[in-house]
Amino acid sequence: MRIGSTVTVALRALKRNKLRSILTSLGIIIGVGAVIVVFSIGNGAKSIVEAQIAALGQNIVLVNSGSFNQGGARSGGFGAGTLTPDDAAAIVREITNVAAISPEVRSNSQILANGLNWQTQILGESGDYLNIRMWPLSEGSMFTEQDVRTVGKVCIIGQTVVKQLFPDESPVGKVLRIKNQPFKVLGVLSAKGLSVQGSDQDDLVIIPYTSSMKRISKQTMLRTINVQASGPDILTSVQNDIIGILRERHHTTPQSDDFTVQNQVEITQARTATTETMTWLLSAIALVSLVVGGIGIMNIMLVSVTERTREIGIRLAIGAHGRDVLLQFLIESVVLSLMGGTLGILGGIGTSEVISYYKNWPTLLSPVAIVVAVGFSAAVGIFFGFYPARKAAQLDPIEALRFE
Amino acid sequence: MPAVVQLDDIHKTYSSGEVEVRAVRGISLAMHKGEFIAIMGASGSGKSTLMNLLGCLDRPTHGRYLLDGIDVSNLDSNELADIRNQKLGFVFQGFNLLSRTTARENVELPTLYSKHRRSAREMRDRALRCLDIVGLANRADHFPSQLSGGQQQRVAIARALVNEPQILLADEPTGNLDSKTSAEVMGVFQQLNNEGITIVMVTHELDIAHYCKRNLIIRDGRLVSDVQVATRNVAEVEIRKLQEAEAEAKLTD
Ligand SMILES: Nc1ncnc2c1ncn2[C@@H]1O[C@H](COP(=O)(O)OP(=O)(O)O)[C@@H](O)[C@H]1O
Ligand SMILES: [Mg+2]
Repeated sequence: MRIGSTVTVALRALKRNKLRSILTSLGIIIGVGAVIVVFSIGNGAKSIVEAQIAALGQNIVLVNSGSFNQGGARSGGFGAGTLTPDDAAAIVREITNVAAISPEVRSNSQILANGLNWQTQILGESGDYLNIRMWPLSEGSMFTEQDVRTVGKVCIIGQTVVKQLFPDESPVGKVLRIKNQPFKVLGVLSAKGLSVQGSDQDDLVIIPYTSSMKRISKQTMLRTINVQASGPDILTSVQNDIIGILRERHHTTPQSDDFTVQNQVEITQARTATTETMTWLLSAIALVSLVVGGIGIMNIMLVSVTERTREIGIRLAIGAHGRDVLLQFLIESVVLSLMGGTLGILGGIGTSEVISYYKNWPTLLSPVAIVVAVGFSAAVGIFFGFYPARKAAQLDPIEALRFE
Repeated sequence: MPAVVQLDDIHKTYSSGEVEVRAVRGISLAMHKGEFIAIMGASGSGKSTLMNLLGCLDRPTHGRYLLDGIDVSNLDSNELADIRNQKLGFVFQGFNLLSRTTARENVELPTLYSKHRRSAREMRDRALRCLDIVGLANRADHFPSQLSGGQQQRVAIARALVNEPQILLADEPTGNLDSKTSAEVMGVFQQLNNEGITIVMVTHELDIAHYCKRNLIIRDGRLVSDVQVATRNVAEVEIRKLQEAEAEAKLTD
């Protein structure tokens, strides 16, 4: 029998039971849809992470207090800190290839201006911080090393802070109060939006780290030292030099280090690895749903073979080979799963679009995901359709014709 | 002239159940081209078993079966399928049409599984010609559920004819039909037989057997009688008689 007429027969059988065919495909629809959504979001997240890493600046070496920096996910819980401004000074003094450095202190505080108040993050940094992070100002200017030395009461603020405290006017030149101390706004940062973790990167005030330590947070230790090496080739050597200096100063060994030093390459790897792990994890879940969908197809195909025992008997009696019957049912299950795959792809694309629209989250449709989804659904159809199809093909025509 | 069917000491024993059932116990006979044979016998006497053997749906446990000169006793299932497709036409008691498939498509079905590849148009033309032979050319696009029992059986006959078989095999083809539609179906068989087609059918009704030319009687798996029919029923005459009786019944009502 020709493939063409087998396909026609299979399609006709599916059309007869439209609702059942669609319900049968549902598992595959959901599975494939999930694969598409997960991959689109994963790709989107990857693109954010890449942008974020680019925003980290170039040739960066991050020195963190303690050893809390796991997988590149920097969060609270840094404790009191183990790094000192003297450590930072030593790094500058003893390593030649350091282009810029910014000791960092973080705290949270209520800030006030114009009779409005806002809880925000106060970042203490050096005057080089924005250069290191390649974060341009949209207005005004950054504070200087002079301000750092003189523990100046100056700040630059993020867009969210502008929205909250200076809704109607340019904040440059105005004064805001942090812990009741007046700080003059020198500049406004350009907008960055949400981070991969979903936090608002524009919700901050940056002041000289000295001012933070002496006036605001009253911390004596640094959380982080941002170091910029003067070129990409020397990243590792700068990293090793820093480790050497700090071990000497802190009297530690590799086992007892109270700091971590990561270069940009490592940070990049750690961060993309996280999103990739998430993508694969979710894909595994999606694959499970594909398998469940396949079992659904197998179930319905078994029912269908039983229901159509007489039809199979007729076909065998008038000259169909077992192979013809096998092919007929196999094509039916593959059509079911491919139909599910196609609807799943469309549904997945639609869902990704909705997510990206409402959650303001970039999604990137991945052609690889589509190929994988189509391939998988066809494979599921063949794999789970084979047993019922073989069962049909092995029926005895006399028995099948007698079947009520 | 060589026989179309030559059975030599054919046996069929079912041994699947608790006890062995010897359904056919040594039947030898020859059937020639142009014959019109009725196989009769009590229920359970082995008629269907013999038909299944003749129809290459089953293999004898013992004995030799030559169909059109070919020994089919030991062919594998695919070879038997090809024989069924090319040389045999089946008509069943329960019609066995595919529902939700038009009369024409039902008739086309055997051509789908033919070794000779035909164009869709050729298959269609053949199917329509066969429907015309059984007088249903105007019902080609009807579904089985839209046809009467007699019409459905005629579609089944058209399906059996479509690959121009050597023999038409029918197991109780009138078993589900009333006497008038039975006569109609037998009329179709007589017409086909007049055109030279060999027909073998099973029936347990004597008057149906009298439409045929030769009657075989089976008892307990053995052939006990093999006679030519002296006075055959002629379908047109019988149909007219039935119509007259019907009309009379209406008048007296
Ligand atoms: N598949 C089978 N397995 C076991 N016994 C069977 C099978 N088919 C038929 N028989 C037995 O064989 C005998 C003949 O059956 P069958 O040929 O159907 O008779 P008929 O058609 O004349 O009524 C019966 O006793 C029946 O029970
Ligand atoms: Mg029977």
